[in-house]
Amino acid sequence: MAARFRLLLSFLTRGGTTLKSISIAYNRGHHRFAVVLACWTFLLIIAGALVTSNDAGLSVPDWPTSFGSWYKIPKLVGGIKFEHTHRMIAQVAGLLTIVLAVWTWRVEKRRWMRLLGFAALGTVVAQGVLGGLTVLFYLPPAVSSAHAALAQTFFCIAVVLALFTAQKWVEEQPRVELDQRRPSLFTLTLLSIFVLYVQLVLGAMFRHHGLSWWPHVVHAVVVSFVLAWTSVRALTVYPQIEAVRRPAVLMLGLVITQLCLGFAAFLTRVMWGRDAVQPELPMVISTVAHVATGALLLATTVILAIQVWRHVPVAFEESLPQVQRDPSVA
Amino acid sequence: MNKKTGWATLTISMLAMLALCALLALAACSKKEEAPAASPMAEAPAQPAATPIDPATVASVSGTVKFDGAAPKAAKIDMSQDPGCKGMNAAENVVVSGGNLANVFVYVKDGLGSRTFDVPKDPVVLEQSGCQYHPHVLGVMAGQTVQIKNGDPTTHNIHPTPKDNREWNESQPPQAAPIEKNFAREEIMLPVKCNQHPWMKMYVNVVKSPFYAVTGKDGKYEIKGLPPGDYTLAFVHEKLGEQDQKVTVAAKEAKTVDQSFKPAAD
Repeated sequence: MAARFRLLLSFLTRGGTTLKSISIAYNRGHHRFAVVLACWTFLLIIAGALVTSNDAGLSVPDWPTSFGSWYKIPKLVGGIKFEHTHRMIAQVAGLLTIVLAVWTWRVEKRRWMRLLGFAALGTVVAQGVLGGLTVLFYLPPAVSSAHAALAQTFFCIAVVLALFTAQKWVEEQPRVELDQRRPSLFTLTLLSIFVLYVQLVLGAMFRHHGLSWWPHVVHAVVVSFVLAWTSVRALTVYPQIEAVRRPAVLMLGLVITQLCLGFAAFLTRVMWGRDAVQPELPMVISTVAHVATGALLLATTVILAIQVWRHVPVAFEESLPQVQRDPSVA
Repeated sequence: MNKKTGWATLTISMLAMLALCALLALAACSKKEEAPAASPMAEAPAQPAATPIDPATVASVSGTVKFDGAAPKAAKIDMSQDPGCKGMNAAENVVVSGGNLANVFVYVKDGLGSRTFDVPKDPVVLEQSGCQYHPHVLGVMAGQTVQIKNGDPTTHNIHPTPKDNREWNESQPPQAAPIEKNFAREEIMLPVKCNQHPWMKMYVNVVKSPFYAVTGKDGKYEIKGLPPGDYTLAFVHEKLGEQDQKVTVAAKEAKTVDQSFKPAAD
């Protein structure tokens, strides 16, 4: 029993020092740039959702050029308005990501952050290629869905880059409380990310005509249950930890909003919009809002998982070799 | 779970998500490879000699297609997103006039056996004007040229989404030269759309024989030059589905075959 207590104590101590093992100076410009990238990416997701909701994905039939030109802006009417605007916002997002990756490489002491900057760059390049492939192959459901899913993955990377460069993250001494419950809150947050990602893929497959609507709707019940469980656990057990409480509250609010938007999207697209002769405004608004809120929900859940990992580590019993367990050895 | 394990789990989760995306993309690309890759102009199959038909014995089939129910109100189209579009703002998915149903494709579905037919040299013309397709339903023989013209002061893109033919998507600016394409395989109600103007939809029907017609606003159709025999006549509507009728025509007979469609069940 005494050995277990010693282990617990050593873990607590070690946890506190590991979190601040490298002394990092807050870089305001770098952080603000990461925030700009995250916001720009959110705008890009909305622009992409507008392309899909307006059925404008193939209004510019070529890629990587637009109507044969690398730089000429076509007349922004009809579907071209959505598709070409999406391409222009995406190009800026690519440029911002290059700048952030290089900047991170130059100013960051944390090696994993430098790698994360380049992971963001790799993701945005892959995303651009997927966007091109989906145009060249006439919107195959799997490629379009992968493009939609990777968009939100990139958004999450941009958001965590902003989080890890924030003043609070680099300067605060995190308040740590051990999680003794099973399943642990950290496990619940990872489960939440998983079910949300599955939901994202199912939603994207439905939106891009690769699946029926019902798997997305049925899985919404699973997502609601897991996310409610996670946020209620976080709010009831660790309300005193602000870094956990705030994303948990936001996550719960976004889940409720998302369910309402999902219902509206179902009505306007599946029920009322089935025989529509063109995309109607209520359908466009509800589906785009549903996609945007979904992206915010995924990013919030990722932030919650990271904050839980930082502030509420899982208590565990380290298995020791038999020789160390024998009190006579000491 | 310690901190390192936590990071590893997060990293693995992210990598798994990226891998999932890559797999989806890969699956799609391999699926698309199944589609024939030949260029549309090279798709025209080699034509066997046409089976001769005695013109002295040919018959004709004509009739009227009715809509059995209250005529649905034509849906309004909002063309305001492109100032270059100043067309008739009514959808053409179910066009009923005085109980007569327009845009029904009528063709000989069965009964021609192994007969072959010459592909007409003249192209079938598809016009884009007023940001609508004219005609809304088109019949063409496999391998016959479809000439697509743009009479609008705005750019269109023409994007057929076939099941059995090759998919393509080309833009056509105002005053551009006509685009000429053909479809190699028989396919009924092959959708064609413009992604710049999402209300623009029409249907191409690709058949192997010249025995087809499309009903006009008066619901009437006529198929001429049919050799005597027993046939299955198919009436196909984009929304109301297909109805078949068995028909026997004698030499020089002018047969009347009417058909009616009920409103689509919701």
